[in-house]
Amino acid sequence: MSDVIIIGAGPAGLSAALYILRAGYSADIIGMDGGALEKAEKIENYFGIDGLISGKELVRRGRAQVERLNGNFIKDEVVGISWNGDFEVETVNGIFASKAVIIASGASRKKLRIKGLNEFEGKGVSYCAVCDAFFFRGKDVALLGSGEYALHEAQELLPLVKSLTLLTDGAEIKADFPDEIKIVEKPVEMFFGKNIVEGARFKDGSEMRFSGVFVAAGSAKAGDLAKKLGVSEDNGKITVDENMRTDIPGVFAAGDCTGGVLQVSVSVGEGAKAALSAISFLREKNA
Amino acid sequence: MASIKITKNNFTQEVENSKIPVLVDFWAPWCGPCKMIAPVIEEISEEVSGIKVCKVNVDEEQELAGKFGVMSIPTLLFIKDGKVVRSSIGAKPKEAILRMMDIK
Repeated sequence: MSDVIIIGAGPAGLSAALYILRAGYSADIIGMDGGALEKAEKIENYFGIDGLISGKELVRRGRAQVERLNGNFIKDEVVGISWNGDFEVETVNGIFASKAVIIASGASRKKLRIKGLNEFEGKGVSYCAVCDAFFFRGKDVALLGSGEYALHEAQELLPLVKSLTLLTDGAEIKADFPDEIKIVEKPVEMFFGKNIVEGARFKDGSEMRFSGVFVAAGSAKAGDLAKKLGVSEDNGKITVDENMRTDIPGVFAAGDCTGGVLQVSVSVGEGAKAALSAISFLREKNA
Repeated sequence: MASIKITKNNFTQEVENSKIPVLVDFWAPWCGPCKMIAPVIEEISEEVSGIKVCKVNVDEEQELAGKFGVMSIPTLLFIKDGKVVRSSIGAKPKEAILRMMDIK
């Protein structure tokens, strides 16, 4: 078990890791890549750096700094998170425990816009299989997604539901789904129903009926993790106070996943603040 | 006042016929977010006067969950004179829950 798990290895996560490690605490940094910064060709507005550096190089240097302090990098995709006295972060390949968590997993640039998703949230549309699978026992259920995150949610649903249909919405299938899951690859036009969701209409005009749909498109985003943990979020942005604390003790967030101006300098600053808050939390916990 | 555990046996008396407004928390032991907001719900129960806080374990009280169409937890309902006046799905900060009950 580590002191802090940092989800995300972009500027916010790496900056947080520097402060955690330098304070003598251990950190696991879980992420697939350096986030949006890696895609920036040139960084010209960062204090002290004069435009000769690419986003990729800035991430590489930050990472090297964290590695020198013995930060433990885990290149993996986070698919679940829970709390049971300690935090447990589930990835495609393992489960990691910690006393505190800093979510710094960035912002998703594209938002899922399918009619009916917002309207029926809590009325058949769910973002948390472990919370809500119970309500769909013995029913026909759909799962929106196509990757490892969807597979993780499928494993929670399969033992309980009557049938499970994966709706890829035209996305490429990126995980090995069991045969008992029916796969529909057509793009989804909308989810329909009266008071509760009753099915999906596809762009080709065909329809399919089911009692509920679980949303796990793409990879698990900050807002998805927040929903699973009970951290409040607003439209996918994690709600934090001025010290980057969420409303759940031991959970902090930093960088683009908290909304705001999406700037490297802000992410680095927020990462530092989140780490300092996490350090106070650990000190109080150990006191 | 501590929160009240609701079953189908005391539902009518404690919620439907309550003379004061009721905040009902639908939860289950396996639900992470429910566990996380449980302390906040207890705080509200202790701190706010003039309301009653009730908890329904959906695992044990499936009929009650069905009656209110609960399909996602945590779900909070604010009930006045036996009628649902506001509802909220998912974990919310304390301020948002107080606002839902028009308490600042």
